[in-house]
Amino acid sequence: MEITLRVWRQPGPDAPGDFETYRAAGISEDMSFLEMLDVVNEQLIAENREPIAFDHDCREGICGSCGFMIDGQAHGPQRGTATCQLHMRQYTDGAEITIEPFRANGFPIVKDLAVNRKAFDRIVESGGYISVATGSAPDANLIPVPKATADRAMDAAACIGCGACVAACPNGAGQLFTAAKLAHLNLLPQGKPERYTRAEAMVDTMEHYFGSCTNMGECSVACPAEISLDFIALLNGEYAKAKLRSRRA
Amino acid sequence: MQLDNKIPSGPIEDLWEQHQFEMKLVNPNNKRKFEIIIVGSGLAGASAAATLGELGYRVKVFTYHDSPRRAHSIAAQGGINAAKNYKGDGDSVFRLFYDTVKGGDFRSREANVYRLAQVSLQIIDQCVAQGVPFAREYGGLLDNRSFGGAQVSRTFYARGQTGQQLLLGAYQALERQVNAGTVTVFNRSEMLDVVVVDGRAAGIVVRDLITGEVTSHSAHAVVLGTGGYSNAFYLSTNAKASNATAIWRAHRKGALFANPCYTQIHPTCIPPSGEHQSKLTLMSESLRNDGRIWVPKEIGDDRPADEIPESERDYYLERRYPAFGNLVPRDVASRNAKTMVDQGRGVGPRNNGVYLDFSAAIDRLGATTIKERYSNLFEMYERITGEDPYRVPMRIYPAPHYTMGGLWVDYHLETTIPGLYAIGEANFSDHGANRLGASALMQGLADGYFVLPYTIGDYLAPLLGAKPVPTDHPAFAAAEADVRDRVAALLGVKGTRSVDWFHRELGKIVWDYCGMARNEAGLEKALSEIPALRAEFHRDVRVLGENETYNQSLEKAGRVADFFELAELMCRDALHRAESCGGHFREESQTEDGEALRDDEHFAYVAAWEWNGQGTEPTLHTEDLKFDYVSLSQRSYK
Ligand SMILES: Cc1cc2nc3c(=O)[nH]c(=O)nc-3n(C[C@H](O)[C@H](O)[C@H](O)COP(=O)(O)OP(=O)(O)OC[C@H]3O[C@@H](n4cnc5c(N)ncnc54)[C@H](O)[C@@H]3O)c2cc1C
Ligand code: FES
Repeated sequence: MEITLRVWRQPGPDAPGDFETYRAAGISEDMSFLEMLDVVNEQLIAENREPIAFDHDCREGICGSCGFMIDGQAHGPQRGTATCQLHMRQYTDGAEITIEPFRANGFPIVKDLAVNRKAFDRIVESGGYISVATGSAPDANLIPVPKATADRAMDAAACIGCGACVAACPNGAGQLFTAAKLAHLNLLPQGKPERYTRAEAMVDTMEHYFGSCTNMGECSVACPAEISLDFIALLNGEYAKAKLRSRRA
Repeated sequence: MQLDNKIPSGPIEDLWEQHQFEMKLVNPNNKRKFEIIIVGSGLAGASAAATLGELGYRVKVFTYHDSPRRAHSIAAQGGINAAKNYKGDGDSVFRLFYDTVKGGDFRSREANVYRLAQVSLQIIDQCVAQGVPFAREYGGLLDNRSFGGAQVSRTFYARGQTGQQLLLGAYQALERQVNAGTVTVFNRSEMLDVVVVDGRAAGIVVRDLITGEVTSHSAHAVVLGTGGYSNAFYLSTNAKASNATAIWRAHRKGALFANPCYTQIHPTCIPPSGEHQSKLTLMSESLRNDGRIWVPKEIGDDRPADEIPESERDYYLERRYPAFGNLVPRDVASRNAKTMVDQGRGVGPRNNGVYLDFSAAIDRLGATTIKERYSNLFEMYERITGEDPYRVPMRIYPAPHYTMGGLWVDYHLETTIPGLYAIGEANFSDHGANRLGASALMQGLADGYFVLPYTIGDYLAPLLGAKPVPTDHPAFAAAEADVRDRVAALLGVKGTRSVDWFHRELGKIVWDYCGMARNEAGLEKALSEIPALRAEFHRDVRVLGENETYNQSLEKAGRVADFFELAELMCRDALHRAESCGGHFREESQTEDGEALRDDEHFAYVAAWEWNGQGTEPTLHTEDLKFDYVSLSQRSYK
């Protein structure tokens, strides 16, 4: 099939950007969206034009490197699917597709479709861990964890850190990402001792980089790992309790 | 060169503990006086960095990824082995050791493997304490499954995302140390050379992938946790950016490269759908627990699967290996699939796969159970192929997946360059000629959490008081100049063909002649074709743009240039090893019924190659392998 692509091109973080239009012929429905971009890039190189920069690595929907806005939707139209797992059979011959980078204050543009998501590392650095030095752990089966709890923690831990939640949010908020990590750790017995310090540190750091959450719910719709909005409620609860405790202390 | 593997003597059960006692220690207060560079933030690099930071060393971590969490380890699906024997099914440290030595077809070191099996226990404890959400039973205890043909259930898993959860655990521990100020992370930074001063590793040269700036970093020791080199085949299950540049540059600076021809071809991947194919997707090996593999009996039978009656199907693994059936080891399963496709019995639109059929399992266990076990894999398969595996059998074909070869390291994980260490998939150490499923994650974490942090102290202790070589030393200037020249040269060719074109062509040669089956004539052919294509690459590659921006073609060009050189060494090693063992199948060396035939008399050694310069043959050094605990035997899965 043949498609028309409007692509945001921006040479660098501070340079102005604009859309350019490319036509891609010979696209097969078995191609992934990124393979379609590979074809366009090969074509651009053949014409002596610089290929489109976009982050990607695993191409299996797990590393969280890929992702941009496809016709205004983070990761495109298919639910629960990262850009690299989107396939061209979702489109029909003659389709026109617009792609542009994730846009959020917390994610400065690097080039074309690539953005800088370091702020996510900062949030984890501030408290998204359980403090246990290597070699100091007791036997793994010493603390039983109810299956339902472990499963729920895993649901949250499945976040791939791609940033689609921030990009989809009209406020550019980082709640879903932060909530997923906080819930993963705070739900488990191993995470309880640092529960409140973690909640406070992570939320405060998040607020430094990202906008505020007004419960629009767009984040969860865009999330390729289908992280539930419930975790944001959990985050709010944990944070409120943490604040209360630190005020008392 | 005499290779000293530094294996202590004594009974194998006590070696590691006794050696930990014998090694020199750095006093806790002195640890902060030492700087360590770690390249790579996968399971191996991140776990090492976190642990060394906790111990008090000053650590710098470099990764070309935008965040340490994106390392290729994130993609591992199936699980991680440990000899916990939680199932009480007879597992033990010795059994895991035994299985690994045997599974590696007797081409690994007993002492290393034993240590790996021992520390596997601590890995699980550590990960659970960090909050890794492993699967659990209803009673709240950890669940295990049997994986890749193991006779016991020793594999811990977190849905189909074990690598993700283990890496996030290590990444979080690493970020904790960033917060504590012991570890500094340099993201989007690619190491392009190792600097050696007075015969010791002194530091690295790095290119910032966003600004193009080339800088030097020095330290008391350098650790490479930079992953494997399956992308020499172009199409593999590895992440797109996985590459061999770090270990190859170290090799060129004097580190010996061991067993480059030992590559693992994973049997269950989705077959390529056309020339546009950019990578191959693994379907977890666990699927072989319930899926039955078959092809039509008749050559060229193009009927859809459901129109081929039972009697006209060949369940060839069950037929040839009644004891193990569909669960034969990876190399055996892969080779058999190739035989079927080569015979013209391949299935699918391009006749390039075999069926993995769940209909019997669905009849037996019900669709719900199958869904519980594999729904995410089935969904992934459907997204990619447009076919529903609940109704139509999956199509699978082998794909390059893992490389057992890597930098030669001793028992301390130190390469032949003092002060330069290699951990994780980047070294050659523990898997011999074939890796067992769920053992790479175990080895990466063993190296990073439990081995390197102790062995590196033995090297550092005597250096107390010595400052790292300053980065204005001429050796750094020379390495930086070389990096800049290489970058300028690639940008300056202004040829006609893209980097990907060359990479794909290289991959075809390596796959055809150094893939699942190898022979002398083919390898000789590859050894003449690769240098010719490499010369063309340096004459005709087109890398647009400049150094000073985010230039992905430029990054790739440097990596492909190194793959060319490594691919040649892979073929040379495969040619010299005239036996078959594990993933290395030489057609000249097989039993009457077509199984791999080892030649222990001539090849029970590690082949470690020394770089002698471009266009000059490398020198082969060997380290003899001795088997005192597991007696050498021919593997049989009949
Ligand atoms: C699809 C798939 C599934 C798998 N499933 C399993 C499984 O179920 N069980 C199992 O045990 N194993 C599995 N494996 C194998 C296992 O995942 C890998 O062997 C292992 O994760 C490698 O870890 P590592 O730390 O050595 O390297 P990697 O995770 O590859 O990390 C390499 C790191 O080095 C960095 N790096 C590399 N070169 C440079 C450079 N020049 N400069 C700067 N940084 C650099 C990268 O940025 C990255 O951070 C699987 C592999 C694949 C491909
Ligand atoms: S490339 Fe890894 S998630 Fe898409």
